[in-house]
Amino acid sequence: MKKVMSNKLMIALYILPALLLIGVLIYVPLVLTGYYGLMKWDGIGDMTFIGLENYMEAIKDEDFWSSASHSFLLAVFSTLSLAIYLIISLILASKIKGSDILRKIYLIPMLLSSVAIAQLWIKVYNPINGMLNSLLMTLGVDNPPAWLAEPDIVLYAIFIPILWQYAGFYILIYYAALKNIPETLIEAARIDGATAWQIAYKIKLPLIMGVVKVTIVLAIVGSLKYFDLIFVMTGGGPNGASEVMASYMYKLAFASYDFGYGSAIGFLLLVITLIVTVIIQKLTESKDELQY
Amino acid sequence: MGRLGYSILYVFLAIVAVIQVFPLVWLFMFSLKDNSEIFGLSPFALPTDPKWENYVKAWQGDIGLYFFNSIWITVLAIILTVILASMATFAITRMQWKLSGFVLILFMVGLMIPVQSALIPLFSMFLGVNLIDNPLSIVITYTTYNLPITMMILLGFYYTLPREIEEAAVIDGCSINRLFFQIILPMTTPVMSTTVIINMIYNWNEFIFVNTFINSNKFKTLTVGIQNFIGQYQTDWGPIGATLIISIVPVLILFFFFSNKVVEGISSSAVKG
Repeated sequence: MKKVMSNKLMIALYILPALLLIGVLIYVPLVLTGYYGLMKWDGIGDMTFIGLENYMEAIKDEDFWSSASHSFLLAVFSTLSLAIYLIISLILASKIKGSDILRKIYLIPMLLSSVAIAQLWIKVYNPINGMLNSLLMTLGVDNPPAWLAEPDIVLYAIFIPILWQYAGFYILIYYAALKNIPETLIEAARIDGATAWQIAYKIKLPLIMGVVKVTIVLAIVGSLKYFDLIFVMTGGGPNGASEVMASYMYKLAFASYDFGYGSAIGFLLLVITLIVTVIIQKLTESKDELQY
Repeated sequence: MGRLGYSILYVFLAIVAVIQVFPLVWLFMFSLKDNSEIFGLSPFALPTDPKWENYVKAWQGDIGLYFFNSIWITVLAIILTVILASMATFAITRMQWKLSGFVLILFMVGLMIPVQSALIPLFSMFLGVNLIDNPLSIVITYTTYNLPITMMILLGFYYTLPREIEEAAVIDGCSINRLFFQIILPMTTPVMSTTVIINMIYNWNEFIFVNTFINSNKFKTLTVGIQNFIGQYQTDWGPIGATLIISIVPVLILFFFFSNKVVEGISSSAVKG
């Protein structure tokens, strides 16, 4: 038995195809992006080694820092919105009829492509005939803004469909965690005279804290590398007002053909994402993890 | 909680449901209107005389071609991903070797990294081997980048399979290949179908790889294809709406029939983080 299941040749045969793929197409490119960042390169011609010049430039590049600040702002909003999703899940999981169908309805936007969501919301935000401004004008607002054209508003206008897209995902995860809490615990608390609010805040919430921490990491990391919807909706505009790190990198490489500098930004995006992941995991690590 | 309390909660949950779905209903409504109706009447009005010809107009572009490309690329990548991920998961969870834990970490870290950071090197690698503007580059990128999530969903199931299965098979003189393909793989059908559905949604909706690696119209998938199509029809809302509806209907149908599988896949892809 042992001999058969530890046959080296068979192990290699089963693991190597997948391992080679992720090695060559995930890990090698991640290393290469740092390496290309040391070059002056237009993507096609010869590379010239310029040392840390691209990275030094990035540190002084206001456009990069503004895109990074937008990514971090999205991370803050995504994390704060988790509280709303948590409240919805708490309600949904408290003996509500039809909770199963409701959480599936909430999930629908998550199934759509970013292109479809972006194109739909471009129409929603259309200054004259869009759903939003039509509604506002019916309600008596005289000059509703041209949401995607105003530098001060555009970023927040884009956050809305992003939160809309992911709401069902987080509600689903919280709901599953809440349903995992043994019913006897809740019953016991109820018999002891705990109110619904106390049960939610003092019993349910602490018990699903582990899952909440996971979602915080997912929300922050997901926000830092967010790209698709912004790229399609505004391309980072107007004038960089909705640029995020990933869209800035894409623009440098595939619109300005500055592959060297683009790679440096791509590498910084990787490093920032990894550092932030480690920091949040350290911060949310608790010694006395609750058990039940 | 009193009846009033519950009523308030229901109203709240219903409002959330409307927010999540109404933009799509609105999209479907304007996909059946012409410009005079869209620009002249309230956006919330039902289409007076449904303009199904918007769908005909949308289909007259290359949507049919993009649709076909999306289907075959999605299907091919799913087959490759699920087979390779199953084999790797089998080797990691069921076979005995020293580095299995480390190799598993290599796959799982793949879930965390920003795809965009790998994009420029991937582009230059594909350029080097002449795979830019070749759908093969899309198929192998989809396959690779979906391996970690697929394995994550498979892992739990593989860990719970009883050891006795292998013992009995090996004692009977069964080879590893027969054990895997004829015994283990059929047993994992339920979890494999979950991974198939999750992969389908991911591949169908993917945008950035196709947008970066494919130039020729004939190889474009729906996401990139409709993005270009819409660019040409800026002001003609009806056909744009019809195009978007065509692109999302397959996923909605899938969800309608397999919503439990979708829910299962999405939750198990996140729970362990």
